[in-house]
Amino acid sequence: MEAALRPYLATFSARFQLMLQYRAAALAGFATQCWWGGIHIMVFAAFFAGAGAAARSPISLAQVITYTWLAQGFLSLNPWSGDPDVAAKVRTGAVGYDRLRPVDAYDWWFVNAAAWMTARAAPRAALMFAMTAILFPLAGLSAWAWAPPADLAAALMFTVSMLLVVLLSSSIVMLINICVAATLTDRGVNSFVAPLAILFSGNLIPLPLFPDWARVALFVQPFAGVVDIPFRIYLGQITGWVAWAGLGVQVFWIVVLVGLGRLWMGRVMGRLQVQGG
Amino acid sequence: MDTLRLLRRYFAASLSAQAQYPGTTFLMTFGAFAVTFIDIFAIAALFSRFGKVRGWSFGEVALFYGLVSISFAISDFLTRGFDVLGTEFIRTGNFDRVLLRPRSLAVQLIGYDFRLRCLGRMTQGLVVVAIASQALHFHWTPAALALAAWTVAGGVALFFGLLVLQATLSFWTIEGLEVANVLTYGGVQAAQFPLSLYAPWFRGFLTFVVPLGCVAYFPVVALLGRHDPLGAPDWFLPLSPIFGVVFLAASFWAWRFGVRRYTSTGS
Repeated sequence: MEAALRPYLATFSARFQLMLQYRAAALAGFATQCWWGGIHIMVFAAFFAGAGAAARSPISLAQVITYTWLAQGFLSLNPWSGDPDVAAKVRTGAVGYDRLRPVDAYDWWFVNAAAWMTARAAPRAALMFAMTAILFPLAGLSAWAWAPPADLAAALMFTVSMLLVVLLSSSIVMLINICVAATLTDRGVNSFVAPLAILFSGNLIPLPLFPDWARVALFVQPFAGVVDIPFRIYLGQITGWVAWAGLGVQVFWIVVLVGLGRLWMGRVMGRLQVQGG
Repeated sequence: MDTLRLLRRYFAASLSAQAQYPGTTFLMTFGAFAVTFIDIFAIAALFSRFGKVRGWSFGEVALFYGLVSISFAISDFLTRGFDVLGTEFIRTGNFDRVLLRPRSLAVQLIGYDFRLRCLGRMTQGLVVVAIASQALHFHWTPAALALAAWTVAGGVALFFGLLVLQATLSFWTIEGLEVANVLTYGGVQAAQFPLSLYAPWFRGFLTFVVPLGCVAYFPVVALLGRHDPLGAPDWFLPLSPIFGVVFLAASFWAWRFGVRRYTSTGS
């Protein structure tokens, strides 16, 4: 068992450490996310300041603020595009080498996608936490800070949910990767998936702020599981059986998308064109 | 005239290069449209839940957003050469060749690549302005059109200036500067809402440091026929896009300083 897992662990740790080297990119990403988060929080605050506005929202301003910082900190865990390495391999023909490895091709790319996303997210989330959860309260800006989790149960469930986020996002990235391998370019599919992921994950605005009639549909679609569900669990905005249902939605989509990905990968790899020469 | 002919040549070359990959060009254009258009759903959702924000309606905010999007799309279309100056010209040493040619640097960099995908954001801006006009029952008189065009011109100048500044910095950093995206893409993001929604320090930044407010907020307030709730005098509102042009002039002044300091990385 351990021997069988070793190559996957090795590629995860290699890719993770490689991605951690991009410090300037991490700092630039952090700056962008601070700007973006700051603007959105000011806009949300303006909307909430209207007469009777707070009563019209199922989620409080303080919760929206923490939600926004969490979403910005963990932005890199969002499945906006395929793994650029896979796109490069498909373009150059190096995908042929991957076919020769004595490992499962799906798992190999999956582990790489997970490492690619978590290694980019970790430094950005740490910086965001340091600034908005530690420095802001110290500077007397508690009203605008990243607040601690609602309670211990929320914190534990949030941790589980974030692990599921990594799996769910990787399974979506895998579908994009396979599409890239089938079409030989990453341009097309990224153009379609990115807007969907940004809108339906809760990244643009928290999903509870969308109209109430859409609430259930938004909760059960796959993108809710990468932003909205874990963060609302963190906030204690969903608790008890609804929170468990949230974890269930995440698990459901992981199983479905991994199954779909494996099936499709088998077909695409069966008639793969290798470019280059 | 010689300059115009040269730009036309550059344009034709860019166009035929992109025509080689019609599918990719189309998808990139569509992507640029879709990824910017989704913002309108977020704005619409917020207005449908909360009603007006500080006295501003959905249509008014959409007008701010649509016009600044158009400005950015046009500027993005013209400034690709400045955007990739660090990675494509300075680090590779190609900038030496640009310097040797007997034509102005700006013209050569503008002509480097006219990307058709900018039409995606342009379309998005036009659609958002159409939605805004519909929501406001806005009557586009010739005077309103002229003011909108002047606003967009100021916006193009301002975003152009930001790209020139970014390019100037790369004379020292010798690489691309992702941080500069904060002010370009982030600037569009900030200018999509009325300034009066923001904290005073941020408003000050957007008026006096990077005058995004002058190419979006103030002229659009005039376009809407309102008085500025922040207290800017009425005569100032339609004049304010001039500060986009001033910003561009200042950026080129910094640019010339950078070019003088340039030392080649090539061999």
